[in-house]
Amino acid sequence: MIALEVRALKKSFGGLYVTRRVDLAVEEGERRLIIGPNGAGKTTLFNLVTGEITPDSGSIALFGRDITRKPVRTRAHLGMARTYQIITLFGRDTLRHNVMLALLGLSPRRWNPLIDFAGQRDLAEQAEAALARVGLAHLAGRPLAETSYGERRRVEIAMALAQKPRVLLLDEPFAGLSIDERQDVHRLLMAVPRDVTMVMIEHNMDVALEFAERITLLHFGEVIVEGTRAEVVAHPRTREVYLGH
Amino acid sequence: MSAVSGLLAPRTAAIAMAVLLLLVLPLWVGNAYYVNIASQILFFAVFALALNVLVGYGGLTSLGHAGLFAMAGYTAALLLARGHGHLVADTAALLVTVATAAVYAVLSLRATGIGFLMITLAIGQILWGIAYRWASLTNGDNGVNVSSRPMPFGLDLSGADGFYYLCLVVFLACVGSMAVVVRSPFGASLRGTRDQERRMAALGYDVWLIRFWAFLLSGFWSGVAGLLFLYYNQFISPQVVALTTSAEALLMVIAGGTATLLGPIVGAALVVIMKNVVSAYIVRWNMVLGIIFILIVSFMPEGLVPGSARLWAWARHRLRHGKPKPAAPGPVAAPPASGGKEGVR
Repeated sequence: MIALEVRALKKSFGGLYVTRRVDLAVEEGERRLIIGPNGAGKTTLFNLVTGEITPDSGSIALFGRDITRKPVRTRAHLGMARTYQIITLFGRDTLRHNVMLALLGLSPRRWNPLIDFAGQRDLAEQAEAALARVGLAHLAGRPLAETSYGERRRVEIAMALAQKPRVLLLDEPFAGLSIDERQDVHRLLMAVPRDVTMVMIEHNMDVALEFAERITLLHFGEVIVEGTRAEVVAHPRTREVYLGH
Repeated sequence: MSAVSGLLAPRTAAIAMAVLLLLVLPLWVGNAYYVNIASQILFFAVFALALNVLVGYGGLTSLGHAGLFAMAGYTAALLLARGHGHLVADTAALLVTVATAAVYAVLSLRATGIGFLMITLAIGQILWGIAYRWASLTNGDNGVNVSSRPMPFGLDLSGADGFYYLCLVVFLACVGSMAVVVRSPFGASLRGTRDQERRMAALGYDVWLIRFWAFLLSGFWSGVAGLLFLYYNQFISPQVVALTTSAEALLMVIAGGTATLLGPIVGAALVVIMKNVVSAYIVRWNMVLGIIFILIVSFMPEGLVPGSARLWAWARHRLRHGKPKPAAPGPVAAPPASGGKEGVR
């Protein structure tokens, strides 16, 4: 079954087309890598898929359901989660609180004005389990502002995984990480079960190529090459516009 | 054992002591003038706490809340003037105020930041214009008089002490309800929308609706404060709807400390004391208030309450360890931007 399907997606800002005509079909459980030079429209594609930007034309379907005009929050409730290229977390709060907010977003309890949020033991336990999954259980009570950049990257992933997504979009999850941290995050992503479909934007080819089963190369808002890892790497257009000779 | 230790916790003890002091205040003050000042502090604190829901917890700075404050006062005053009872007038006043808050929210939540501020300011000015110019309804510049205060359960509120205790009960109910809401999942969601609006939407939250409910809550408590103001003065005029009332409330919140429960209370006390007590000795009291505000913004930009807490922590650390903490005594440092691009706030 196709988990995420994008058809003839177009988006322009003024006279500039950032997404010219993108078609994409990601199978359920697949690990897809989106690559392309800076300005190729990769993050814009993610923003269109998650609903943060409305497309000019085209359609987006999640497990066969058209979500083109659905708001961002509805897509989250339908099983879509994402991480951001620029980390967007809650710096004043603890790691546990950050992940609890991710869990609360999908719970009807988020509207309750009468119960104590910090006292929700089930949410706290789930948050600690999600942090344990990314190796940060020991820092659950620490304010996010007192953690390292690599730890924040892992908190982002913990929050996304805590949402129990069916499709997970990762926008440059290795950006700014040291070699050891990259390996940690790589191991973490490889351990994500197959019921989660993952689409990743990444420039770091060392770790990204190991992750990818299929690769899509974007250039000036268009898909110019798509195929298996070997096919895309060997393709002359890939070498021309992205990998270099 | 845990209950006993909970009772003995410094925070609990401080709250209990503060409530006790407020309860006996009329007895040890003994002067109706100062008891009335205390009443003013209490209902302006309710107003500042209401505004703080948006400014502090929602990150939405409103400069039109005088419209909500006065809407309750005007509605109740006009209904009372037409012969309705206090219960009907006050209930209707709160309903109309919450409905007005809904209109405010629908119009102003189309924007954030300066856009939000300007829309709330514009709506506030429209309401001021109505109060001032629609004389056949509002009696214009002459205002509306209220002949008597209510007598709930036969209690006499006509004196300074009786009215003070009404204000105290309402104030405690307001602080209590705010404390519950702030600690609730809804409160956490509201703070989340303040800090990372985009992330909150991606996590499944309806950011607009969270802010809308927060606006209604803020409108309700602004209305309650407006009713107390009406009964305190037994008079309301367009001056109450003016921009200065909104600005003073915002000053209370910012001076005391946003996103805290104690901050707006301290801010309200500061402004009311300056207006009523200091003005008796210093003609240019509002200049003094301005200087105080500049000093607060310069040296404690987070407000008096969080700023004092920071200085206290710094001083305690220095006394214990003999040297200052690295982050003191300046304002709270932004989270470190270690390692690369990020949007942590």
